[in-house]
Amino acid sequence: MAKNDLISGSIWDEYSDQVVNRMNNPQHQGEITEERAKELGTKLIVADFGAESCGDAVRLYWAVNETTDEIVESKFKSFGCGTAIASSDVMAELCVGKTVDQAVKITNIDVEFALRDNADTPAVPPQKMHCSVMAYDVIKKAASEYKGVDMESFETEVIVCECARVSLATLREVIRINDLKTVEEITDFTKAGAFCKSCIKPGGHEEKEYYLVDILADTRAQMEEEKLKTAADASESGELTFDKMTLVQRIKAIDTLLDEEIRPMLAMDGGNMEIIDIKENIPHYDLYIRYLGACSGCASGSSGTLYAIESVLKQKIDENLRVLPI
Amino acid sequence: MEVYLDNNATTMVDPKVYEEMKPFFCDKYGNPNSLHKFGAGTHPKMVEALDFLYEGINAADEDDIIITGNACESINTVLKSVWIDKILNGDKKHIITTEVEHPAVTATCKFLETQGVAVTYLPVNDEGILEAETVKQFIKEETALVTVMWANNETGKVFPIKEIGTICKAAGVAFHSDATQAIGKVPVDVQDCNINYLTFSAHKFHGPKGVGGLYVKKGSELTPLIHGGEQMGGKRAGTVDVASMVGMGWAMHLATSTMALAYEKNHVSKLRDKLESAILELPETIVIGGKDNRTPNTTLISIRGVEGESMLWDLNQKGVGASTGSACASEDLEANPVMNAFGSDSELAHTGVRFSLSRFNTEEQIDYAIDVIKGAIVRLRAISSSYAYAPESHNSGL
Repeated sequence: MAKNDLISGSIWDEYSDQVVNRMNNPQHQGEITEERAKELGTKLIVADFGAESCGDAVRLYWAVNETTDEIVESKFKSFGCGTAIASSDVMAELCVGKTVDQAVKITNIDVEFALRDNADTPAVPPQKMHCSVMAYDVIKKAASEYKGVDMESFETEVIVCECARVSLATLREVIRINDLKTVEEITDFTKAGAFCKSCIKPGGHEEKEYYLVDILADTRAQMEEEKLKTAADASESGELTFDKMTLVQRIKAIDTLLDEEIRPMLAMDGGNMEIIDIKENIPHYDLYIRYLGACSGCASGSSGTLYAIESVLKQKIDENLRVLPI
Repeated sequence: MEVYLDNNATTMVDPKVYEEMKPFFCDKYGNPNSLHKFGAGTHPKMVEALDFLYEGINAADEDDIIITGNACESINTVLKSVWIDKILNGDKKHIITTEVEHPAVTATCKFLETQGVAVTYLPVNDEGILEAETVKQFIKEETALVTVMWANNETGKVFPIKEIGTICKAAGVAFHSDATQAIGKVPVDVQDCNINYLTFSAHKFHGPKGVGGLYVKKGSELTPLIHGGEQMGGKRAGTVDVASMVGMGWAMHLATSTMALAYEKNHVSKLRDKLESAILELPETIVIGGKDNRTPNTTLISIRGVEGESMLWDLNQKGVGASTGSACASEDLEANPVMNAFGSDSELAHTGVRFSLSRFNTEEQIDYAIDVIKGAIVRLRAISSSYAYAPESHNSGL
């Protein structure tokens, strides 16, 4: 929440002039008949995508020159909101003059960009970005019908966020490299989840195969498992530094050192100590301890004894260790 | 021409209401709790406003009508008060409501569920109405409250409040009704309907925004939502906005007089019917939920092949304001739950357009709106990918 979130404006105020103009007067709306396709010496392709019950449905007509694979004419019909109609219109326009293979490379991002009045200002508000996705999908459908192949064959990677076209592989990699811990961080780094939000978690505008919350959880679980394995391997080979240790390994390392070098000294005066907790307070590691027996209440526990314990730990384990009696 | 047909969202402030409010901004601006004449000078008009409010819903003098900020606050006060009094500090744990309530009720119930309250969301029938018998079936020993809207904001359907009130009284269960969409459209009589709590908002019946009401029957518990002062008998802290209270009182007075309700029933409904009939002349248009048991000002029409947001767009271009429950028109892309509650046709969730009139609409405006609406339907169906290939179906308003 911030100042700009407190008063929600009309989503229509965020439509570009291009969206408004194409909504009011779509240039490529209409049908291509068999007769018209023959007249042009082309093959007619009709592709449907979406459904009225889902809120968006589009029908794309192509007249394709079978010798060159060029899309000579392109029209659309659309059941949907203003941005769906405008997206369909610009999508049909972008197809004209391209070969089928070139048309398949048109993405929803190209469609949205073509609807912008200037390069820096989005054509639609974030939640309307999904309207342009349908335009991309129907092109693939038309191309698959022309080529007699499956629609999925045009997808080289698994797309999780269709609005921003972010793939599963990219998301996993970004989470790992940047050690991302929240969905908000993923959105900041990749724009995934910034638009219609369907890909964030189940229950959104559209059902998805993958959700950011699950990808984050799975990737972080893998990272944690790898970290533990690395720590275990390093521990075994004696190459493990304190900062790379797990909490258990840190306690174990400190406890071992205490047994070897500190507790015998304390025991001579009838005392002892125990570890309560270790907290990361970067760059420091704060070791919370409690004195036992004769050490409890001893004045030296906050001066000489404490200095001795801390010195040994700094020297033998990590120079950033601090000892805090409670 | 500009034609406002979205009066279930909000209404114009009646000029008479505005006149009555004016003195309390720059002239009689004293705090009503002050002892001096600047404060005390506001009291006569506050008393008059309260009289209007009590008359408007036929509340008894021993009952309370608390002035709040809006219906959402009133509703939150009731539901959270019941939670505190009967559930946290009592032996109840169950609330009954419907699937088609305003989010003020639904979202509060969802919150209470996170606090361990059991909530039953009752379905409506094919006409969009909750049947009283359904309520009876679900009342249990642990039921603390039944909360049912008086009239639905999307369909205008009027619920059998009197029957539900009788059932609740017999079962010894508190009954709340959100009357936000009923006041000024149909008679609202709290004594006749065994109501414990009634909530409303001034801006829905030609009063100002930012002021609402909460009726509490004598003997019904109410823990305040807002603490910090003794205003409203300690039931709602905060300096009373005198101008708004006076405005709400006068708006209630003007909207609920016998003459006003008769005008609503006879004149406004005629204009609504004229608009509705003209749209239904076009094929593949239906009134969602049918025409019976509705507020006189509302019609919710599904126009096959035309998505709601694009319909609103076209109307707006020509100066006509309406509303849609379509997901595409909402900030969060969530379809209106009222549309989904009908369930039988998922396309309704995307093609429903609501027209809601008021006493300030004229026949000339309706004639203009009819032309604009028909023009928009023709244009958008020409673009539509689904309408041109839709199978034949019956055009019926039932």
